[in-house]
Amino acid sequence: MIRDITIGQYYQTDSVMHRLDPRVKLLGTLLFIVALFMYKNPAGYIIAIVFLFSVIKLSGVPVKFITRGLKGILMILMITVLINLFLTPGTAIVTLGKVSITYEGVGMAFTMMLRLIMLIMGSSIVTLTTTPNNLTDGLEKGLGFLKVFHVPVGDVAMMMSIALRFIPILMEETDRIMKAQLARGADFESGNLVKKAKSLVPVLVPLFVSAFRRAGDLAMAMEARCYRGGDGRTKMKPLIYKRRDIIAYIILFLFVIVSVWVGRWSVISGFFNDLYLRFLLN
Amino acid sequence: MDIVSTKDLVFEYIRRDDEGNPSDVTTALDHVDIDVKEGEFVGILGHNGSGKSTFAKHLNALLYPSGGTVFVGGMDTKDDDKLWDIRSNIGMVFQNPDNQIIGQVVEEDVGFGPENLGVPTKEIWERVEESLKAVGMLEFRKKSPNKLSGGQKQRVSIAGVLAMHPKCIVLDEPTAMLDPSGRKEVIRAARGLNDVEKMTVILITHYMDEVVHADRLFVMDKGKVVMQGTPREVFSRVEELKALRLDVPGPTRIAYELKKKGIPLPDGILTAEELVREIEKCR
Repeated sequence: MIRDITIGQYYQTDSVMHRLDPRVKLLGTLLFIVALFMYKNPAGYIIAIVFLFSVIKLSGVPVKFITRGLKGILMILMITVLINLFLTPGTAIVTLGKVSITYEGVGMAFTMMLRLIMLIMGSSIVTLTTTPNNLTDGLEKGLGFLKVFHVPVGDVAMMMSIALRFIPILMEETDRIMKAQLARGADFESGNLVKKAKSLVPVLVPLFVSAFRRAGDLAMAMEARCYRGGDGRTKMKPLIYKRRDIIAYIILFLFVIVSVWVGRWSVISGFFNDLYLRFLLN
Repeated sequence: MDIVSTKDLVFEYIRRDDEGNPSDVTTALDHVDIDVKEGEFVGILGHNGSGKSTFAKHLNALLYPSGGTVFVGGMDTKDDDKLWDIRSNIGMVFQNPDNQIIGQVVEEDVGFGPENLGVPTKEIWERVEESLKAVGMLEFRKKSPNKLSGGQKQRVSIAGVLAMHPKCIVLDEPTAMLDPSGRKEVIRAARGLNDVEKMTVILITHYMDEVVHADRLFVMDKGKVVMQGTPREVFSRVEELKALRLDVPGPTRIAYELKKKGIPLPDGILTAEELVREIEKCR
């Protein structure tokens, strides 16, 4: 299950998307998500889907890789769909006891599902094409203005990048501890949820102990290499906007403006509403 | 000029009970005097708990002496204003390769030290390249450290401290977690730095064969320096080393056993080649 989540995994290849400045990609994701929640008619989503798939194509990451990330949110997706399907008030199509599926509910459920899927796909594109370090650099620089409010942006960015670096190491360790416990007769498979959760205690305790030991070692190694907080550091790979980043910004803003305008244009919304109603009445 | 010099260095670990009162004192370093000259390759040997790692941490002001002084390049490690000068002068490589690599990509990790020192971007790149070249890891510069073998990771760690342009490198049991081929890689890299770059190297280890080529050795036991001298001098004292639960290098041991059986071999044979040469002389 943990392995299915694509967020935080980097797909190594060389593409325009990989070379883009992380700040462009981060702002792009943010705007993309905001735009997704502003559309009122399918035209907006169609533009967004075309945009999303062009970006995927440009990134050189196989679509299979991106859709794999959806497995992790399958539960959330199903719950959202069910809640929207049954709990949206409106004209009922089917009634099951006290709850009923409504026309509005079907539309709402479909829209939410689409939004969530596109949201996950859009954000995994960023993490798949940006090294975690690059990503934290982007966050550090992009949120640099917070330093005025005494937010230690540099230190937080360093913490994030260290956390990301240790994810695979700790996963490996978890695996090792689980195997060691299995060899001693531990049982992680059978029983109900509570029993399963309890059986993980002998895995978590050594994992935490070792994580703390690692943290101590790492802190010492960092001090030995003269790390003294974010201030006064220079960058090996400073972020500098290039021509392609400017072009990407222009495309991004064009996309947002056009898709939101089309997606909220009352003429188109009305047209699709008619179509939808006619389809349901037949 | 001495790069590192300790005078009467004492360090005590104080264990405290729940109220914070000292309950138990362990003396980890007991009046240690060790001097290392510029360009030397010094080995520090000792069994677990002999205080050799505690000693290493003093050189980088990660620990402060309870008594006596530590001078690094003429600076007292107790002097807080000099802390970062001292740490940039002494590069430390630790035992566990996974717990000292900060970067997600090899070259970014090597650049971490210079970044902390505020070196300009262009120079960082030059330093990264030259350091990776010095340990023979240049072709791996774009790789993730997680994909490397233990020996390769340790060479990256060495490159990481080299890029800070230290005057001296302290290797604190760099091979303890490696397989034999990884150990060889790391020791070869360390010796290369000393031979080619004239870097001062302090190698702390409990593998005797790693320090056969050192200029000088210090043997520690229970926080004290119990033997010092050239490898030849130290390794001729086989019985004393045995009493310290330390083993001499293989060839030295064979020579020692042969000599006990009455074959006239000289003391302090260190390598297999020497042993072969001496045995052939006996025929």
